[in-house]
Amino acid sequence: MKRFLTAGLLAVSTALAGTAFAEPIKIGMITTLSGGGAGLGVDVRDGFMLALKQAGDAASEIEVVTEDDAMKPELAVQIADKMIQSDQVDLLTGIIWSNLAMAVVPSAVAQGKFYLSPNAGPSPLAGANCHENYFNVAWQNDSLHEAAGAYAKKEGYKKPFILAPNYPAGTDALTGFKRFYDGELADEVYTKLGATDYAAEISQIRASGADSVYFFLPGGMGIAFMKQYAQSGVDLPVIGPAFSFSQDVLGAMGDAALGVINTAQWSPDLDNETNKAFVAAFKEEYGRIPSLYASQGFDTANLILSAAAKASVKDADAFRAALKEADFSSTRGDFKFADNHHPIHDIHVREVVKDGDTLTNRLVGLALEDHQDVYGKDCKM
Amino acid sequence: MQTALLIEQLLNGLQFGVMLFLMAAGLTLVFGVMGLINLAHGSLYMVGAFACAAVAAATGSFWLGLIASLAAAAAAGAIVEMTVIRRLYERDHLDQVLATFALILIFSEGMRWLFGSFPLYLNIPSLLSGSVPLPGGSQYPLYRLAIIGVGVAVAVFLWLLISRTRLGMRIRAGEADREMIGALGVDIRSLYTIIFALGAALAGLAGALVGALQSVQVGMGEPVLILAFVVIVIGGIGSIKGALIGAVLVGVVDTMGRFLLPRAMELVLDASRANTVGAAIASMLIYVLMALILAVRPRGLFVANA
Repeated sequence: MKRFLTAGLLAVSTALAGTAFAEPIKIGMITTLSGGGAGLGVDVRDGFMLALKQAGDAASEIEVVTEDDAMKPELAVQIADKMIQSDQVDLLTGIIWSNLAMAVVPSAVAQGKFYLSPNAGPSPLAGANCHENYFNVAWQNDSLHEAAGAYAKKEGYKKPFILAPNYPAGTDALTGFKRFYDGELADEVYTKLGATDYAAEISQIRASGADSVYFFLPGGMGIAFMKQYAQSGVDLPVIGPAFSFSQDVLGAMGDAALGVINTAQWSPDLDNETNKAFVAAFKEEYGRIPSLYASQGFDTANLILSAAAKASVKDADAFRAALKEADFSSTRGDFKFADNHHPIHDIHVREVVKDGDTLTNRLVGLALEDHQDVYGKDCKM
Repeated sequence: MQTALLIEQLLNGLQFGVMLFLMAAGLTLVFGVMGLINLAHGSLYMVGAFACAAVAAATGSFWLGLIASLAAAAAAGAIVEMTVIRRLYERDHLDQVLATFALILIFSEGMRWLFGSFPLYLNIPSLLSGSVPLPGGSQYPLYRLAIIGVGVAVAVFLWLLISRTRLGMRIRAGEADREMIGALGVDIRSLYTIIFALGAALAGLAGALVGALQSVQVGMGEPVLILAFVVIVIGGIGSIKGALIGAVLVGVVDTMGRFLLPRAMELVLDASRANTVGAAIASMLIYVLMALILAVRPRGLFVANA
């Protein structure tokens, strides 16, 4: 069992009356640290821990209990129950995958705990099933796809071929793309979740007469697709959400990914002081370029710190109000919460480039400004 | 254009099937000869891919990586057989499943420990990076044709090995009656180690070949393992010929299903729904195929020791 007790084991004995600043907070982090999806969880955790480390004394009363969900919903539920009942955490965070979030979040917030999502943003939690104790610090699932649709439209593509795995986040992805791209499609293809051979789909792309390709295939699926696409000799422009071209997978894709356009709320070269400091510190601490996920973990921890400086987590109403203000300096620049506790933020267009020997992303434009998801209207909080 | 696409998809199916055959051949040998269910076969595939990626990254040569993948997977297989698997032959299938499942977890975390959580880079060798023209004006990647070639070569090698050599004779004898060949003075323990290492080397080869097309990452073996089990059940457990026919059948049916079913659905549904429904049915297709074949031939297409 992986269990990292960070700072503040002595927290209980030193709670000082009067200064909300020193009020201890116990955070339960459930994330994916083993198996094929571990890269994402490791990045979220490392970004989160970096923020706490940088906070120094301000974080001395914060204790983090970390456990590995191995990408399994049933395991995540068990861990959440244990963290709530026996560890008595005040706040949960860390989940990477939407299906795990849907299994854990509704019951955790119903028990009066806070949940801050550093990655997953399934549509029910942004709409009809929103909750006052649930905050999403990353994005609603559709957002990056909507931005990609907007980009495809703006670039004047007439016949994109769109592709995603056949599961809820995949259908949401293509729906999001089509919400902002309303032109003709060469074809719309759903692949099996976890498939790693895309020869059949690439043959279809070649035969379809498409003028561009949009695909959402997270993790290993995207690596496989991109390598096979590059080898196939089809050379239509490729667009994807940042998940397909994040720092964690670029190394494995190699030059196949060069020049690909992707949409993201964050980029390592985003020009603001917080981000510059974050990227430099992350490289220094872990020896690699941070990914999108690391920036989200970092933002999540800083949001918690900002709220903890204003209110005690034991006073749920005050703490919630402090979270809602989002009074922290985000790596993505402007950041505020909409009424459904999901971000209003800019979504950028990035291009995969080579910096020395390392592949990374560079900003090339803005896709959507102050973007907000469409589900908020169904949220009655 | 449509005929060209059809030919291309048939080749895709054949190539997928050949890749499955490399996995299934080792699995079916081990299952057929030793009566062992080895869930960790997918881990050996992963070991092969990681060894190839690591050596290719260090030396810059894919071919050295390929040799390393064979060696590493065979060595891992031999070590696992001598330390763990050997104790399982006498136990029932449930114990075997339990122990080899534990091996999956150990291999996965071991690889993560050695190579980190992020996928590794492995690209196809430049010698095979082009594509060849197909009749009808389309192009087909040379590397995928090479995989088909490797699969055919391995099939011929296994056929020669099993039908023409002393080792093959012993394997066949072990399959038929393991106590009798022990009584005849054949060292059954080292025979089993050799078979297991051979199966592992084939899995490692498949891992390295496919790793260059897909992503080299922890847990890459399990989805392929499930398909490999489908293949050997369809082909008949223990039969190399069955594994070959079963693998090609599964590869072609799966690929053509993914390609044709959404189109077929479009005749009755609107395009967007047809795609979702077609894709859903396509992903079940090989299991439907397996169910149909088992209904007609409960022991698979080719029964090894009838």
